[in-house]
This record gives sequence, C-alpha cells and structure tokens, in this order.
Amino acid sequence: MTEKFLITDKNEKLIEKINEISGEVVTLCEQCGTCSGSCPVVEDMDITPSNMMRLAELGDEEVLETKTIWVCASCFTCTTRCPRGIDVAKVGEALRQIKLRKAVDRMDIKDIPEDERNILPQLAIVAAFRKFTG
Amino acid sequence: MRIGVYICHCGGNISDVVDVKKVVESVREQDGVGFVRDVEHMCSEEGQKYIIDDVKEQNLDHIVVASCSPLFHEKTFMKAVEKAGLNAYNFEMANIREQCSWCHFSKGAATLKAIDLVNMAIAKVRLDSPLERNKLPIGRKVLVIGGGITGIQASLDLADSGFEVFLVEKEPAIGGKMAKLSKTFPTEDCATCIIGPKLADVAEHPNIHLFAYSEIEDITGYLGNFEVTVKKKPRYVDMEKCVACGICADKCPVKVPDEFNEGLSMRKAIYIQNPVAVPRKYLIDEKNCKRLLQGGKICGICEKLCTQGAVNFDEKPEYLKFRVDTIITATGYELFDAEKKKVYGYGKYTNVLTALQLERIIATGSSGPPLRPIGKRIAFIQCVGSRDEQIGRENCSRICCMYATKLAQLLKRLDSSRDIYIFYTDLRAYGKGFEEYYKRAQNAGIKFIRGRVAELREEPLTRKLILTSEDTLSRKIIKSEFDQVILSTGIVPAVSSEKIADILKLARSADGFLQEAHPKFRPVDTLVDGIFIAGCAQGPKDIPDSVAQGSASASRAIRLMNKGIFEVEPIVAFVNEDLCDGCELCINNCPIKAISILDDKAKINEIICKGCGMCIASCPKDALDLRYYTNKQLEKQIEAALKTKEKGDIRILIFADNTCTYRLADNIGTARLSYPTETRIIRVPSGSRITPKLMLYAFKAGADGIFIGECDSRASPFTGSVEKIRENVNRVKGILEQEGISGERVRFSELLASLLTDFYKNVTEIVKLIKKDLEPIPDEKREKLWEIAQKELFLEKVSDKDD
Repeated sequence: MTEKFLITDKNEKLIEKINEISGEVVTLCEQCGTCSGSCPVVEDMDITPSNMMRLAELGDEEVLETKTIWVCASCFTCTTRCPRGIDVAKVGEALRQIKLRKAVDRMDIKDIPEDERNILPQLAIVAAFRKFTG
Repeated sequence: MRIGVYICHCGGNISDVVDVKKVVESVREQDGVGFVRDVEHMCSEEGQKYIIDDVKEQNLDHIVVASCSPLFHEKTFMKAVEKAGLNAYNFEMANIREQCSWCHFSKGAATLKAIDLVNMAIAKVRLDSPLERNKLPIGRKVLVIGGGITGIQASLDLADSGFEVFLVEKEPAIGGKMAKLSKTFPTEDCATCIIGPKLADVAEHPNIHLFAYSEIEDITGYLGNFEVTVKKKPRYVDMEKCVACGICADKCPVKVPDEFNEGLSMRKAIYIQNPVAVPRKYLIDEKNCKRLLQGGKICGICEKLCTQGAVNFDEKPEYLKFRVDTIITATGYELFDAEKKKVYGYGKYTNVLTALQLERIIATGSSGPPLRPIGKRIAFIQCVGSRDEQIGRENCSRICCMYATKLAQLLKRLDSSRDIYIFYTDLRAYGKGFEEYYKRAQNAGIKFIRGRVAELREEPLTRKLILTSEDTLSRKIIKSEFDQVILSTGIVPAVSSEKIADILKLARSADGFLQEAHPKFRPVDTLVDGIFIAGCAQGPKDIPDSVAQGSASASRAIRLMNKGIFEVEPIVAFVNEDLCDGCELCINNCPIKAISILDDKAKINEIICKGCGMCIASCPKDALDLRYYTNKQLEKQIEAALKTKEKGDIRILIFADNTCTYRLADNIGTARLSYPTETRIIRVPSGSRITPKLMLYAFKAGADGIFIGECDSRASPFTGSVEKIRENVNRVKGILEQEGISGERVRFSELLASLLTDFYKNVTEIVKLIKKDLEPIPDEKREKLWEIAQKELFLEKVSDKDD
C-alpha cells in the first residue's frame, strides 16, 4: 500500500524548525549515503540515517516517529564524513528535541531496576536523561 | 570654445516625461554653448548627419548629446564626431533616458534632473582634451605553456596559421595526461593512436619551437612585448646525437618506479618517458642516477655503451631568453592525491588502484603480461577528491563518471565473467553521446549503485577488500567483497599552474583554477591583455572541451596579432611631473604594477594601465590624474550636479563604476522601476577613482550624501578596487564623524549589474536617512571639511615615509 504524500505548508514549517534547532540546512543533503554506510548502529535503526535526512529534507513528520532518531548514539562519524559538511548528528538531535519539547519523555528513572541503577556510571545516566527527556 | 548640444526626444521615450523645450532653453545660457538642437531620433542617420553638418556650419569644437545611455550609443556618436573632423574624446553624453525619463515619473523632477545631467556633461566637455588611441606594433610570436592536448591544439592552430610558437613542457615528452589513457570515452578511440599524429606534427612543424623538459623561469612585460626566460633542465643526453636505440637503458643498473605507468612498473635511471615519446630522446633522471648523485668515476655504463657518444654527465641547466607577443597558458591539472582520502586506504591496501593506474594496465595489456592482474569482482568508487568538503574540494570533476563507465566496459569486454559495480553519488552523462554510452554500460551488465562508499577494509590474508556503502535507492546497506577497488580520482589545480599564475599575475577562482575574464563571453581570455588560458588549467574538462579551448585561445591570440598593430585605450592615468616628488607611495597602489619611478618621477606604462584611477588617492601631491576623468572635470561635474539645488532640497551623488553600477542604473530604467529623484549619477571607470579629497569636495560643493557603487570583487575588471574604495570611504567617514557629521552620509556597496534591488535598496535607504533622520550640514562645516581635505589628508602617510 502506498499512500500519496501530500506536500503542504506544514512540510515547510517542519524544515524551518529542524534548521532552526540544528543550525544546519537540511536541504543541502545530496543523498550520497555516506552517513548510512558509516553508522555503527544502523542495524538497530528502522530507517537509515540518509533516509532520515531525506525525510527531514521533505519536512515529512514521519521522521519524528522513527526509531532511528533515538537509536543514534551521537558518535559523529556521519558528521565527520559528510561530503556536504552537514552535521548529521545535530540534525538527529534537533529531531529528538522537537519530540521532547512536547514534554514527552522517553525514559523514567523508575524504569531502571534498583540494582542496575547503583552499578551504572552516573555519567551514563545523566547522558541518557539528557538524550531522552525534555 | 563652441559646444554643440543635441537633445534627443527618442520618439517620446524622453519627451513624454522630460520637457525638452525647457532643457533647450536652460542649455542655451551655459558658457561655451554655441549651438543647441533638439532632434526626434538622434541615433538615426539624420541625427548623426546633423552633427557632421553643424560642426562645419556652426564652427563647433565640442559635442554633447543628451539621449539614451552611453553604454547604448556612445560608439555611434563618437564615430559621427570623428567623421565631423573632431576628436572622439571631445564628446560627452548625458543619459536622460535610462537614468531620467525611464525611472522618474514626475515631469517636474525629471525635467530638472535632465537639465542637471546635460549641464554636467557640458561642464565636463569644456575640459575634454583630444585623446589618441595609441597604436603599437605587434609581432607574431606566441608562448604556449603546457604540452598537453590543449597546448598541442593551440600550438598547431597557431603554427598552421603562420604564427611562430614557443611550446614549453616541463615533462621530458609532450602529450600530457591524454598520452597515458587507454581509450577515450564515449567513442573508445585508442588514445595513443589519435594523439600520436598530433605529437608528430608538433615535432616536425617548422613554426613550432619545442622546449620539452623545460620550465618557465620568469615572464615580464606586456602584450606585444613579453620577455620570457625558460630553464632547459639538463637531460645529460645530447638531443642531437641520441638515436633512441635504448642500449643505455638496457644496461643501466638503477631501477625506479615508472611515473608514466603510475608507479606500476619500473624504469631505469636513463630512460625514455614512453615508447612513442616526442621528442624521442633518452634522458637521465638526476635524482636517481648513481653517477650524478655520487660523482667521480662511478658507474658510467651508459656513457661507455652509447655508440653515438650522446651521454654527457657535465650538462648544466640552460637559460633561454626570448620575446613573444601573446601567451597561452595551458598548464593542465593534477589528479587528486588518493592517499589524502584516508578511508579508502590507497597506498596501504594493495588492491586499491586509481583509475589512471587502471588506464595504464589496460593500455599496456596487449603488449606483454599485465602490470597488475585484475580479478573478477571490481568496484569503482566515484567522486574521490571531488564534491567533498571534508577534503576541501567542492567542485565536480566532470570526467570521472564517464571514464569509470568506459573502464568498466573495457574490463567487462576483456573478461565477460567479471562482476563490475560503480558506486556513484550522481551520474553525470551530460555530453554528446554520453547518455547513450551510459546505457550501453548498463546493457553490458555493469551495475550502478547509487551511494558514496563509506568504508573500505582489507582482508589481511586474502588482500581482498570489504566495501560498505548504502544503496540509497533501495536503502540497503551493502557490504561486499571485491578483488580490486578502483578510485575515480578527480581533477585538482596543478601546482605548476599556481606558479605560472603568480608569475603572470593571473587571478584564480575560489576552487583554485585559473579565472577567465568573463564566464560566458570571454571564456579563454584573462584580465591581463595578451594572456589566455585554456583547458583544465581553467577548470575540469574532457578532451573535446580542452581541444575546443585550445583552438579558441589560439583564435583569440590571432585576433590580437593578425593586424600587426594594436590599439591602446587612451583613458589611462598620467603624472603631472611638476608636482611629483618621486615619493613612490603610488607604486604599490597599482595592483598591475603599471607605475615605476624614472628620474625621480612616477611614470605610467600606458600599455599596461587599465585606467581605473585607483592610484590617484595615494598621491599626497595631487600629481596623479586620469585622462577623460580628471580631478578638475569631476569637480566641475560635481558642481554642475548641485547647481539647481535649492534651500531645503537634498542631493545625493552616485559615483557609478562603468562595468556594473552604471549598467545597473540603466537596467533599472529599462525595467521602468523608480528611485528617488534627489540622485545624480556620475560615471567613472571604477569607484576607486573617487579619492577622499573628491568626496570632501562634493560635501563642500553642497552634496548631502555620497553613494559609491563598484562591481562585486568577483566580477570587477580591476583587482583590489573594492578594498581601495572601502579604505577611501572609511577615511572620509572618519573625517565626517570627527566633525560631528554622520558617517552614514557616505555609503559603498559591491554590486552586480543583474541585481536591481541592491541598487534600489542602497539608494532609497541613503536618501531616506538623510531626508528624515539627519539635520542639514551647516555651511561652515562644509568649508571645514574642505580645509581638512587640502591640508590633513596625507599627514600620517607623509610622516610615515620620513621615519
């Protein structure tokens, strides 16, 4: 089943928002796929990083519902390799921010079992909260 | 003095808005005006005839035509003036169409402006003196730098047309990169077979002096008189005696990687560049020859074996000097150094090769064992060193898509069981027959994968390569093993090009390639008269485009030389020797080095001088000036522009450079857009002609604001003008602020003739600011500014010099 994809002003607004938060220009992406081929966690993603960039370029809201943006480990390999100089990791962060600013947290401290909470390095917990909560 | 003034109606284009009668009446009263006539169509044959007849009957000596833009009809009227027996430069135009009737819709204001514009032209023409276009002899000698296919084409075209060519090539043989190729796309002609006859033609042509294994040491001078110094590097083999028998190389004990085969095979220290080299002579590589490195009586086998006695270890570099009239720069390109793209492991992984290495493998394949065995599974990686900000190369190299498509097919044809993949970002098949060639490759089963290869790893045991890339069309991450990976390396500017550009003072564009004079209409000209560029020195190109540019540059050079004389524009800077004290401050203010000091006086080389007037502001003694745009003339124009200003009025003077801003103002008129009527435009060759002193003079004379427009530095024919104007403008802003006057009254902007809104925005903003936000400048302050202009402008500079 392939639904027709309607492009409206809404798409333009989402592109603007992603650009504003990330400080990047997502439409610069030439879809070469370097980010996807370089990504060490691509196998756990539902769409590839370049696919994420494509949806961002189109201002397609679907991108906000992907697993990909949460799986991204912010290792910046994509950023250092992008031939168009786009900070791809930053775009991923912007997409997460758009979701998180709607006050939808993706984790709760209670979800981490007590014993694990004590072993986990504090840095990891802080980083996880920084990434998954608004 | 009897000035004849002609006011054109332009069939209503002018007279519908401007009250021509009023203009005529006003003009009659001006000093020196002997005769006024209004004409329906001044540019018609009838109009031009008026000038010719009236000069005789009315005894006129200077002419002013008020009509359309001088960019439109200046040449027409200058010819008429010459036919009438006057000097072409005793003539001025007032632009009352594009810059008046077409852009101002209020009849009153437009008529007033038209009167001012005509009076400004009259004020200037009174001080016009006759100028002669200097006619200089030019010979028929050309220097061609670079013996690649571009330089070869240019040389042959010139030589066949009867011109004397000096062809300089740094390598031991001519032919450039093309000589190394297997076949050429998309026709698959054998490269050696088609370039061979051309190489032979160069070697045999009576009009070509070939200097192979030679470098340009220095070039000085100018069009018609370039002094060239060429360094002939020692070959240690006498070119006259060597018969290319090859005995020497057979027995030479030193083996080094062969550059011609891209390091895939070995050659000897005494060698010939390739089997069909032109010139077909051996040479000794001084960096590797034992004898030349260590001296004494070591080795010397070649010397002993040579039956002709051609080997001479004592040969020294030879410096040759000759004079040429024009120069063609065809210095070519280099391939991107694949080792710089670390992720592909070139130089580290044995089976990663460059495309040029593969060319050599295929080209030498039919004669003996292959330079490298090629396996069954081959991948091409495109855009290595192109379109990649991470390595600082943003441009597309234009040839890689097609040469990879070619090499893939050649490999497949040699062994149809091969699996060949081309990993590309975008496939650019833009040329004649390219798309069809791409289709042929697809039909042959070559797989095109749309994705830039992200990673390449070598299996340590098998030396096979594991490649990772996304197929961006299916969104699958491909991980696959290959026997060989070919890097399609891109075109980058040659280091030798940079050296030549520095010697010849040629501009380079942001990508590092040599800059043409105009991207559309002067693709092989440079901004230096008599110097041309062609081929990949200017930017990436395939063979037919390079050859076309080679021919184009030859024809442009012939165009200059064929008449035997060339004319030099008379609008150049000049020195008032009574005022010049030889302080040398001007010398470095001329970017093209047209000023020198002779007998303690500055001297302008009128052949080099482009007439921008940039130097004038640097002279503390007012000894420098510009013909046809003299200080006195500009002062008089400024006065005339402000003459009708009444109490409460404001006037903004616009100094418009002839290349962009003046044209831009015309274009606004042509588009029937409007801007404030308080403006008066004064045309100058470059905004850098307007000295701080002239700006302050304008304020003294009653101007309320000044806008200087200049070509965007990328489009400007005058290097450094933008920086100079900025310096001058900041100087004046400082002086204004110091006297309690807003520095905003002076404005400068870089403009392009196409961007109408930039001009409009600048002009409306400054008018609005001065009208609404600023108090009028009191008369005593205006006088004070002029005092400063006369006394203080050069205090610092002169004292600097005394130290």
